[in-house]
Amino acid sequence: MSKDWPLWEVFVRSRGGLSHRHVGSVHAPDAEIAIRHARDTYTRRMEGVSLWVVPSASIIASDPSEDAAMFDPAEDKIYRHPTFYNIPDHIKHI
Amino acid sequence: MPSLPPIRPEDERRAREGRGAGTFDAPAAEGPDLSLFEYALRLGDDSLILGQRLGEWTGHAPSVEVDLSLANIALDLVGQATHFLNYAGKVEGRGRDGDALAFHRDVLDFRNCMLVEQPNGDFAQTMARQFLFSTWQRMLFQHLTGSADAFIASVAAKAVKEVSYHQELSAEWVIRLGDGTEESRRRMQNGLEWMWRFIPELFEMDDLASEAASRGVGPDLTLLRADYDRTVAAVLTEATLEAPKDQRPILGGRRGHHSEHLGHLLCTMQFLPRTYPDATW
Repeated sequence: MSKDWPLWEVFVRSRGGLSHRHVGSVHAPDAEIAIRHARDTYTRRMEGVSLWVVPSASIIASDPSEDAAMFDPAEDKIYRHPTFYNIPDHIKHI
Repeated sequence: MPSLPPIRPEDERRAREGRGAGTFDAPAAEGPDLSLFEYALRLGDDSLILGQRLGEWTGHAPSVEVDLSLANIALDLVGQATHFLNYAGKVEGRGRDGDALAFHRDVLDFRNCMLVEQPNGDFAQTMARQFLFSTWQRMLFQHLTGSADAFIASVAAKAVKEVSYHQELSAEWVIRLGDGTEESRRRMQNGLEWMWRFIPELFEMDDLASEAASRGVGPDLTLLRADYDRTVAAVLTEATLEAPKDQRPILGGRRGHHSEHLGHLLCTMQFLPRTYPDATW
């Protein structure tokens, strides 16, 4: 049965103020059941306060065969990290 | 010579509670509240038996997601049963706890309604049973949050959220299977046909239910019926299903007269603690 059902990606907000994070996927016949399956599969141990489900088919992914062109050029751009600033001691949370 | 009349349960109870000379004919003054005990048993047994039934699906559900859904509902129900049966044991005051009541009572002593002991059948039949029961249980628990019994009220306040979810999920499935394929529709209709005759028992006001209502412990169930019928009808309409014709009601679960299915369920459920009395879990 579940082979006939589309796949949905599940995102959970673990606490108010935090972002939704991808936690996995579920099979479900439609969006409402997908939310319920996500609830029963991923939040049964108090993991979350909010859920998103997205049809997996709606996710546009980068092409693995183009990994090198996509990501390698960033490797030697060390100046893009803001590591050359001196942060005063009294500034927290950076 | 006419034979002696049978010993009535109420006489047996008075004999058990009576203490000393002259007390037999007077109601026991300080005895346990056996009506409350029985009422808590009804609540606990409904949840326990349906929880056990749903547990039978574990590892066999149509998909792993549905497997988890059914197991979650089962665990909610067993949790409710633990509260109600522990409380029943406390009220009874004979040293029985929830485990003793769950595992060391025989079939005639169970007080659940007949709906919850009906076999799972296929997934549609299971959802038909869940929908018809959870719709009722949600209304019951909503009323029990205002129960004159503080413990029952507190358990109901927690459980009503669980049961609301059970009701919504099962309604979703009734709608999808009813308004699904030809096969899913046939199966859902068959499931409803099976379960329909057990609805009247949910609203039966026997002596105990009437006493509970007069004490403010439980609701007058007959007042819930119209709302129940409306809720069920709305879901069946959305599911494009026909409500089965009213059948001859089957009553008796509240007095221990069960269908053959309950004994088989108890055999499985009670086997381990009876065979290995020292087992812990």
